[in-house]
Amino acid sequence: MGHFEATHELDVMIEENGYDDHFHDHHHGDKYQSNFIHHYIFSMDHKIIARQFLITGIFWALIGAAMSIVFRLQLGFPEESLAWLQPLLGKWIVVSEAGIGKLAPEFYYALVTMHGTIIVFFVLTAGLSGTFSNLLIPLQLGARDMASPFLNMLSYWFFFLSSVVMFYSLFLNTGPFAGGWTAYPPLSALPQASSGSGAGMTLWLVSLTFFVVSVLLGGINYVTTVLNLRTKGMSLWRMPLTIWAFFVTAILGILSFPVLVSGFFMLMCDRGLGTSFFLSEIFIEGQALDYIGGSPILYQHLFWFLGHPEVYIIILPAMGLTSEVLSVHARKPIFGYRAMVYSIMAIGFLSFIVWAHHMFMSGVNPFISNFFVVFTLIIAVPSAVKVFNWITTLYGGNIKLNTPMLFAIGFVSMFISGGLTGIFLGNSAIDIQMHDTYFVVAHFHIVMGVAAFFGMFAGVYHWYPKMFGRFMNETLGKLHFWGTMIGAYAIFWPMHYIGMAGVPRRYYSFDTFDSFAHFGDLNKFITIAAIIVFAIQVVFVINFFVSIWKGKKMTTRNPWGATTLEWTTPIDTGHGNWPGKLPIVHRWAYDYNKDERDFVTQITPLAEGETPGDH
Amino acid sequence: MSGLIIFIIVILIAVILVQLGRVADLASKIRGEEKVASQQNDRTAFWLVVFMVVFLIFCVVSAIYYKDMMLGYGPNLAASEHGGKLDSLFNVTLFFTGIVFILTHILLFWYSYKYRYKKDRKAKFFAHSTNLELIWTIIPSIVMTFLVVKGLMVWNEVMPDVTPQDEVLEIEALGYQFAWDIRYPGNDGKLGTREFSKIQPGLNDWGMDWEDEKSQDDILLTGADMIVLPVDTLVRVRITSKDVLHNFYLPHFRVKMDAVPGLPTYFIFRPTTTTEDYRERLREYPDYQVPADPEDPEGPQRWETFEYELACAELCGKGHYSMKRILRIVSREEYNEWLAGQKATYFSSIRGTDIDPFKGQLLGSEIKNRKRELNAAFTNALKGDAEGDQIIRLDHVFFDSGSSTLKEMSKYELDNLAGLIKTNNISVELSGHTDSSGDDDANMKLSEARASTVLQYLLDKGVSSEMKAVGYGETKPVESNDTEEGRAANRRTELKIISK
Repeated sequence: MGHFEATHELDVMIEENGYDDHFHDHHHGDKYQSNFIHHYIFSMDHKIIARQFLITGIFWALIGAAMSIVFRLQLGFPEESLAWLQPLLGKWIVVSEAGIGKLAPEFYYALVTMHGTIIVFFVLTAGLSGTFSNLLIPLQLGARDMASPFLNMLSYWFFFLSSVVMFYSLFLNTGPFAGGWTAYPPLSALPQASSGSGAGMTLWLVSLTFFVVSVLLGGINYVTTVLNLRTKGMSLWRMPLTIWAFFVTAILGILSFPVLVSGFFMLMCDRGLGTSFFLSEIFIEGQALDYIGGSPILYQHLFWFLGHPEVYIIILPAMGLTSEVLSVHARKPIFGYRAMVYSIMAIGFLSFIVWAHHMFMSGVNPFISNFFVVFTLIIAVPSAVKVFNWITTLYGGNIKLNTPMLFAIGFVSMFISGGLTGIFLGNSAIDIQMHDTYFVVAHFHIVMGVAAFFGMFAGVYHWYPKMFGRFMNETLGKLHFWGTMIGAYAIFWPMHYIGMAGVPRRYYSFDTFDSFAHFGDLNKFITIAAIIVFAIQVVFVINFFVSIWKGKKMTTRNPWGATTLEWTTPIDTGHGNWPGKLPIVHRWAYDYNKDERDFVTQITPLAEGETPGDH
Repeated sequence: MSGLIIFIIVILIAVILVQLGRVADLASKIRGEEKVASQQNDRTAFWLVVFMVVFLIFCVVSAIYYKDMMLGYGPNLAASEHGGKLDSLFNVTLFFTGIVFILTHILLFWYSYKYRYKKDRKAKFFAHSTNLELIWTIIPSIVMTFLVVKGLMVWNEVMPDVTPQDEVLEIEALGYQFAWDIRYPGNDGKLGTREFSKIQPGLNDWGMDWEDEKSQDDILLTGADMIVLPVDTLVRVRITSKDVLHNFYLPHFRVKMDAVPGLPTYFIFRPTTTTEDYRERLREYPDYQVPADPEDPEGPQRWETFEYELACAELCGKGHYSMKRILRIVSREEYNEWLAGQKATYFSSIRGTDIDPFKGQLLGSEIKNRKRELNAAFTNALKGDAEGDQIIRLDHVFFDSGSSTLKEMSKYELDNLAGLIKTNNISVELSGHTDSSGDDDANMKLSEARASTVLQYLLDKGVSSEMKAVGYGETKPVESNDTEEGRAANRRTELKIISK
């Protein structure tokens, strides 16, 4: 699909029109990249750091997904023996005298908790935003690197440290933390309440504190880079939507994660220093505790003040990637660019004033909920605008249905399906019944789990050539897409029905209650679908790693015929991204099929008499 | 060994997959990449449409198939007054979102198909349209406004607390790892105070403040007793927790609220369907016409064994999934009958034990009761003419064992007695009696001494009527001395009216 054999042409254009920042005057020899350790491990190059985030994210995604398979086996096949997992899980498989191995309930809850924590923070925050913000912000803005490459490196290594601590906690004798990824006290504060709330919770808190440091270092860098290091001509309104999404995401992270950490510190004080921020009037294990006057609900406010923006921290980058991929492969400008930007900003702003919609049923004053209902449901409007704009982007296009495009289309489908159920849950009156049922599980998995993964996959397949100079295999990519698309709906669609029937989430077994006991067939079906989808993800992982060395080589700089700057760099993009001058930007990022030209790169000056595409 | 085999199989599958991918690549190279890409594009576009059609059909058909699980359909009707409103709000939302879901999916996949890559096609340069964007900003805004207003109207009807005018039955649900305890207010209709620091496992699991009069008639359901509530009665559940967060969840009633330690919450609902009626409703559904216990095909069917269930809906630890309690909704008559059979916990299991703060003392209500009883006995005795009628047994006069020292508790009775003798101005004989155990003489002396003590007490209280104290020892038993109960009844103090 070579459109443009223009390796030299692009260089010539940049050399003629570009902006000389005397790059080579400062970087003689560029020693720090000269050996393996500095090049691939303690690298300060944003492209390497992006790949480090991505590969660490894949590692965690496999662990997080494998955990879900284990607890799905328990839920779908409670009668079957899990004794075969004993070599791996040891004492957490309790074998009865009849030889039937069951997951210990404590460990079931530990798995559920770790699955959530890992996927939300390590995969969909670090693995998604960390990867693509790092890769694309400098490349698409025409910057040599991040504003502070050193902080950028620290950002990854704090994530790594956080990962190591969390990974270590999986092997504790008392088990990892098991009180849900939201870690509500008093359950998370009292080791008497749950075995995972001892050392497991301590490590969980330490790990996530490191993680927040990582997010903040990254976020400060992203914001600074976007504000200060845009190349000449790259006004804010010429930035691709990916950058807008990463920019707003980073701001959300900077504003919300510190609040989470303050909550964590207070929790640590309650756990270790005898304060009563979140604890009051507790009698547990035959003992009345000394804590008086705290409020568990305060923690929930602090948590969800991050927790809600967090879901947008997850989904906005996926939206940005999807917008870009849809536009490139439909060979059309993204429809309503400015509306898209304003929607991102509106969603970002609103995400800060809706947090208590997670708490309608937690004992907050019902009057307060009125405000949160209103703001929550307002989010549906910018979200709807985005969906309609994506669909209109397809309208009248010339669509190449390759793997990245399929995942982008899949993203839109998932975002619609999961977003619409949010309208039920955001309405507090319906939430009375739906809160903490499988309906919620279905909703958030589709809208911020599967959809975010789809955005991420679209991004990985689309920018893989930029990262590794090779393509991922298209056949396996399509297999991956179809398996995931069909499989993900097969997993989560039935959960709506189970939720409507009233079955609560986070139940280890449904047998105790006659009301919840009769959905065994659906639970089996879900588990089987989950196993298949997991197997399909293994196909992706194989494709990913094999293609690094064996994939089809990239022979042209701009294989997709895209307009953005990252495709104007050499195939083997070195440190500093552009070998000579920096490109100068003359137009917005979406001049596809304008004036009889298939695409016009951002570095192409306006022809005489040409009106800009975003007039 | 089997692990190794599985490992090898996985590796083999991986190799096969990679090879398949490469073969496809090579094949397309041989057949001309552009042509193959275009063919594949067509095929993918076709399958996208197929997917869309199958998916939408599947969604609609599965929704119809599982409609009995949906709120407000089939057997899943709300059993409370407010529940129906929630269900209809759910279905209104389902209607609007359903339309959007189907339309956007048709457009998304149809456009992907219709505008699939063609070599000679040119994409439109269509970057924005203010009108279109206004339309799809305004229409969702209108629909959202409608849903918000409707939703908030329901919410603000369901959630506010009761007013003093409301006639409401308030019960308390106390969650702990891993069960619910339930408390009824007793005759006064008020829940007494309790305090977490007073909790003593096994003795006072609720941390009840037994000094509070409102507590003394509270009924604490024990063990697995089912919760019973009257139909068509406004119920306010005070929801509390002993240790971690729990959530009071009654799925059939659309009731859900967190139980928070240190912060009592509440939920108010009016049950509208009795358990019996709900069973009758379920009876019509084939799903419920199967044996409740698959092992016992002759046993009762599912609809017959149906019970409302109380569950926990907030992760509270390893036993979170097992916090079940049965709730039964009955007619008011049945409820009253059931309530009459319940004993106030204080009197049934606390009174007189070591944790009773009034141990060795009389409660205000008991003082009143005894006064009433003594008055009644006195009135009877004054009216009666026969010899036996004129004897009043002083049931609440006690002495220390083997001595003639009055117990503190006896003074309530004697004070009442002093008052009655004074007002009626009668002459009386006070007699002491013992059981048959021990030495006869000693018994005689003890009974005399006790009668004298009582006499002296009354004199001290200013009784000036003619009184005499007599000891009968064991000579006048009222019951057999062979049983402990009999002997206890024989140890007594009596008053006999001699002249009116």
